[in-house]
Amino acid sequence: MWRYFLPIAFFVLLVGFFLRGLSLDPSEIPSPLLGKPAPAFALPSLDDPAKTVGTDTMKGEVALLNVWGTWCAGCRQEHDTLMAIAAAGEVPIYGLNWKDDPDAARQMLRQMGNPYVANGVDADGRVAIDWGVYGAPETFLLAADGTVIYKHIGPLNLGIWQQDILPLALQAREQQP
Amino acid sequence: MIPELGQFALIIALCLALVQGVMPLAGAQTRNRAWMAIGKPAAAGQFVFVLLSFLVLTWAFIQNDFSVTYVASHSNSALPLMYRISAVWGAHEGSLLLWILVLNIWIISAIIGGRHLPEIFNARVVGVLGLVSVGFLAFILFTSNPFDRLIPAAMDGRDLNPLLQDPALAIHPPMLYFGYVGFAVPFAFAIAVLLEGRQATDWARWAKPWATMSWVFLTLGIALGSWWAYYELGWGGWWFWDPVENASFMPWLMGTALIHSLSVTEKRGLFKSWTLLLAISAFSLSLLGTFLVRSGVLVSVHAFASDPERGLFILIFLCVVVGAALTLYAWRAPRMTSDAGFAAFSRESFLLANNILLVIATFVVLIGTLFPLVMDALGQGKYSVGPQYFAAVFIIPTLPMVLLLGVGMHTAWRRDNWNRVSRHVRIGAALALALGIAISLLAWDGGGVLSAIGVFAAFWVMIASLVDPLAFLRKGQLRRMPLALWGMSIAHFGLGVFILGAVVTETYSVERDEALRVGESTSVGQFEFRFDDLRQVEGPNYTAVEAVISIFDGGEEIAVLLPQKRVYRVQQSPMTESGIDARLGRDLYVALGDPLGGNAWSLRVQYKPLVRLIWLGCIIMSIGGLVAVGDRRYRIARQDATAKIPAGTARETG
Repeated sequence: MWRYFLPIAFFVLLVGFFLRGLSLDPSEIPSPLLGKPAPAFALPSLDDPAKTVGTDTMKGEVALLNVWGTWCAGCRQEHDTLMAIAAAGEVPIYGLNWKDDPDAARQMLRQMGNPYVANGVDADGRVAIDWGVYGAPETFLLAADGTVIYKHIGPLNLGIWQQDILPLALQAREQQP
Repeated sequence: MIPELGQFALIIALCLALVQGVMPLAGAQTRNRAWMAIGKPAAAGQFVFVLLSFLVLTWAFIQNDFSVTYVASHSNSALPLMYRISAVWGAHEGSLLLWILVLNIWIISAIIGGRHLPEIFNARVVGVLGLVSVGFLAFILFTSNPFDRLIPAAMDGRDLNPLLQDPALAIHPPMLYFGYVGFAVPFAFAIAVLLEGRQATDWARWAKPWATMSWVFLTLGIALGSWWAYYELGWGGWWFWDPVENASFMPWLMGTALIHSLSVTEKRGLFKSWTLLLAISAFSLSLLGTFLVRSGVLVSVHAFASDPERGLFILIFLCVVVGAALTLYAWRAPRMTSDAGFAAFSRESFLLANNILLVIATFVVLIGTLFPLVMDALGQGKYSVGPQYFAAVFIIPTLPMVLLLGVGMHTAWRRDNWNRVSRHVRIGAALALALGIAISLLAWDGGGVLSAIGVFAAFWVMIASLVDPLAFLRKGQLRRMPLALWGMSIAHFGLGVFILGAVVTETYSVERDEALRVGESTSVGQFEFRFDDLRQVEGPNYTAVEAVISIFDGGEEIAVLLPQKRVYRVQQSPMTESGIDARLGRDLYVALGDPLGGNAWSLRVQYKPLVRLIWLGCIIMSIGGLVAVGDRRYRIARQDATAKIPAGTARETG
């Protein structure tokens, strides 16, 4: 009479997949850039438009690139986290100020604090297109040689930082020649 | 204070549900009549407190009480009163409360309708329904409390999702939930039968009206959702094979199989364990739908805000309910054997084919829906399954089913022969074939073989459904035709109407995206669309750009459509309100797109022949279901049951 057990067996199999599925995010799309050199860019700096910020600036050490804008609610939400990461000083944070008004961006950083080492102004959003940005905020972890190690979509929090990103950053630093 | 009252009422309802769930089941097991009798007043009390809680939440919305988080997140003082009320079920927490209210309405109905059933059997039904209610009440209280306070209170609310500010949304979820949740009643009947563990077929007659009523609500709910998506999303599609749509479609397919299988068990005492399995499966798929929609495991345009904690809770609940039910099934179902046989050419065989094909169709939808999740869980990467898969694979089981239906309807129980049946169907087949070919060649432009087969199938079903009423009419005994037969004929006719609408709309629709300036025109077929004007419109809580489009048929103005592009002020989200000129034979559909610069606007213009038949067919199907429920047999069933109580109780062996 084994056939009467087929429904329950099938159900148990489904539950197994659901249990696994709960811990996965279906809207998370892996970046094709992972493990590849970051797309090169050089943009005017937010603080001083005469200077440039770009892939060359970030090379030489493990770094974060955070895509943000003053218009983006998720970016304001993760701002405290970025401040905490910057205060810990383990990994420098660079910003890509995306499709934003530079004056508003400077004002927001004055008011809420500035976690960034430097910001590139991507006013027309071209660099973000090269980087495959879907929406702000997104955060990339880059190796010292400019390779993309990790990409996080959506607001950061300290849990994600400590569990997912920081170990990768430390590991990348160890492997650094 | 008042919102706390709502939460308190839910807590009392949970306690009463526990009593309703535990006492009657324990009483049935120990033959304690007093314990069994507690279930009914406990259910009545539970209903009162759930209703109170629902009214409290509704009151908070009407009064704009933005100190309640749920109200502040999903309403706004500028929102019209009607949408403030429908906003109660506009998001996760409130829709769960609606779900619980609907479950309680079903429980009360099942108690009233089942008062003539054998005492022990009925106590078990009430108990099982009580346990289901416990699960949902615990879910809302522990993970999704709609009465949580926001301190300090918000000045104003964040407004209801503009997509949902629509009259159809006001009734779509209640209808759908009445369908989903209604399958809890046949589920409870099936569990009661398995708990009793003896051969039983009476239950099929008792359960059938409940299964049919749930199916009627689900049919209407799905049709409403489809209609709403058609005019509100601005794409002019009527079905998208979105995971959430599939979540409602799977219980519908399984429920359809259940209704047909119940007939066989009721009339012939066959398929006993199979029918029990279908009753369990239909409700399990309703629960599965809840899990898929509310846990965030799938990407969908209308999945609720996802929360893994909620997902885990429903998954555990799903495991307990479905796991227990299927384990009980595996244990007790082998006892439910049938000794009656049937010939290869008989009504039973056709209904068996219907069941198998419907279950295959359910699996087709299930596999397509879960494929991305399964591949992701196996680490195989991200996949998405498009409508192409569903459209291509879904007709593999459904086309043969529809073709068999026309013959099966006229085949006798036990044994029949093709010569007798063919007399009923050959004229219909010839007529349908002629209509299929003629329509494909003559009406509209350029259909293929597949659409000809589709049109043939539609007429084949419609004509086959007319055979019985026509036979009674010829004998002059139309009034003598049993309501169950009427119901079957009407519902199958509705299916034919639906197929015709779906095939013709999919094959012959014309769609055009145009960039137009004011004063310019475009034409689709014989219809000319002229872009007359563009103006600003102020709604109660939105600002809109409205286009004035005049439509001419051979130089004569037949309609003026006013499609809008709305921006809702609070959420700043743009919405498309399409303009539709609806006739039975065709819809003319205009959606206003985006400004393209230089005063030009993108406009999507569509001609959709027979699209109305899709929803009309669903309405006819539902009417068929309603008519069938009115059949004498189910009233006699109650009298039978009353007469049988002493015997039934005495024979009880647990």
